[in-house]
Amino acid sequence: MDLFHNLAIGFATAAQPANLLYAFFGCLLGTLIGVLPGLGPLATIAMLLPITYALPPDSALIMLAGIYYGAQYGGSTTAIVVNLPGESSSVVTTIDGYQMAKQGRAGVALATAAIGSFFAGCVATLALAALAGPLTATALLFGPKEFFALMILGLILASVLSSGPFIEGIGMVVLGMLLSLVGTDLSSGSQRFAFGVPQLFDGLDFVPLAMGIFGFAEIVKNLEQDDKLSLVTQKITNLFPTREDFRRMVPAILRGTALGTLLGVLPGGGAVLSSFASYTLEKKLSRYPEQFGKGAIEGVAGPESANNAGAQTSFIPLLTLGVPSNVVMALMVGAMNIHNIHPGPEVMTKNPTLFWGLIVSMWVGNLMLLILNLPLVGLWVKLLTIPYRYLFPAIMVFCSIGVYSINSGTFEVYEAAVFCVFGYVLIKLHLPAAPLLLGLVLGPAIEENFRRAMVLSRGDVTALFTSPLSASLLAAAAIAILLIMLPTIRARREEALQE
Amino acid sequence: MKGLAIRNQRAFASGALFLAFAIFFFVEALTYPAGTAAKMGPGYFPRLLAMVLATIGLVVIFGALSPTAEREVLRKWDFKGLAWVTGSVVLFGALLFPLGLIGALFVLIMVSSRASPEFTWTGALANAAVLIVLCLAVFVYGLGLQLPVWPSFLN
Repeated sequence: MDLFHNLAIGFATAAQPANLLYAFFGCLLGTLIGVLPGLGPLATIAMLLPITYALPPDSALIMLAGIYYGAQYGGSTTAIVVNLPGESSSVVTTIDGYQMAKQGRAGVALATAAIGSFFAGCVATLALAALAGPLTATALLFGPKEFFALMILGLILASVLSSGPFIEGIGMVVLGMLLSLVGTDLSSGSQRFAFGVPQLFDGLDFVPLAMGIFGFAEIVKNLEQDDKLSLVTQKITNLFPTREDFRRMVPAILRGTALGTLLGVLPGGGAVLSSFASYTLEKKLSRYPEQFGKGAIEGVAGPESANNAGAQTSFIPLLTLGVPSNVVMALMVGAMNIHNIHPGPEVMTKNPTLFWGLIVSMWVGNLMLLILNLPLVGLWVKLLTIPYRYLFPAIMVFCSIGVYSINSGTFEVYEAAVFCVFGYVLIKLHLPAAPLLLGLVLGPAIEENFRRAMVLSRGDVTALFTSPLSASLLAAAAIAILLIMLPTIRARREEALQE
Repeated sequence: MKGLAIRNQRAFASGALFLAFAIFFFVEALTYPAGTAAKMGPGYFPRLLAMVLATIGLVVIFGALSPTAEREVLRKWDFKGLAWVTGSVVLFGALLFPLGLIGALFVLIMVSSRASPEFTWTGALANAAVLIVLCLAVFVYGLGLQLPVWPSFLN
């Protein structure tokens, strides 16, 4: 009963005409930017953040969620039509989606992705609504030890799942945590690593850092490599899957949804892991394994459902525990902080209209994407033909204005420039930036919980391992590290996370 | 023949980067009071993290030097592209107040466009015109963000 009551609160917020409009524009702009080559969800959200500054918090979040789904969907579109995954969660879609497009079935592949995503979105929204209450209640039982252990687990899993050697991923996490210490130490009030620069007293801002690394540095990288797009030039005419297509896609969608919903909740999980797992599963179970890689519809239906479900349920740890499970969620934390919302168990109790409104608007966003995208596919494909030399200055402009508008100050602009250089170094050294950002976002909370836990245990580190909950979370993290050391798993991971 | 000893140049540089940051943070953290484990001062956690990062850095460096390490050389750097892009952002920050948004955007677009190997003056100028109008419409009039549109000497 509670569930329906809560969903009703959510509908009352999400269905306000203004919010519907923001959800619509969010989805539209998200797809519009997400479809452009070289722009994944992270860069898209970062670029479109300034648009939401002026909105009231609930509308801003609703719009951001729309932007996120739109960007995801845009990534799938480019994966299918030009064999260019907009983001890592649609990498697997290129395998069979692009083959379908080459066989003249781009329309069917796009429709399959849209239908699968919509179904997955509906299920994941319900899962989110159903799990939010109990999980928030659990979160309230968590003490500093447990939060500390949970965040360590999340960071370890995130490094396991990032590309490149695991040890370098962990290094990036720790470096991110060190960078997060810049600014005022909350317990003692003293300044750390600020070197007397007043703008650093509040710490390094997340948004200039993300824009520097994922916006500006990405541009330098893209300009170096001039790959020509292999656009499928045939007109996309037939969107409707045949009866046979439906027969084959439905089980794949169901399995993909289930898998994505589960894996999305895991800290460090989310859309990427879900789509890879689903592709592997479909290939194993299929009666036509030989068709995989040659345009099997299951290879689009499963992963696309899974990544959407995972994208959505990855909001669960963020909204209930306050722990972002991947970089996009970390960016959402940054966005929420701008609106003075601090994600965690208190959001649901203190601000139910915002919380449930956001959840319901996720479903609304999925519905809009279904209605919006299939008729507009032609337009999205046209956008792909804009030459990059016109596109990247536009990205620069949006990012620069966005960075400036955070505090109406130019300090953040210079900060972004510094992180552009830093991001370029990371690209050249093949170091993953995602773990760095997660470390940056989680760093302050980890330090605070660690310090509190140590105060409570009078400085006894073993206390972390005597509480059953924190001990099992840390054990899970240790197991993840041990598993990654095993040669066979290591090889498979390297294969799966190849970019 | 020192270059031959480092089998994996990329990993070696990554480890060195970690180590450099670790040393920087550790040395600076030494100036903050550490306190004890039960009552940590502002210096405790940074020192701990810096030591972890230094360890990771050393492991990565030794991994890169080991005889079984994969051979990887550092990739070529495109300093020119990086300079145009970063420079345009810095110029935008520096010129936003003196020149106003329109002027600063113009400089940003023209300078960053130079980073592209396919740069043409007409293309960049046309792009600048379109983008400036778009930004004024969206950010200034549409969203009402507080941006200094005109040069400061006009105010």
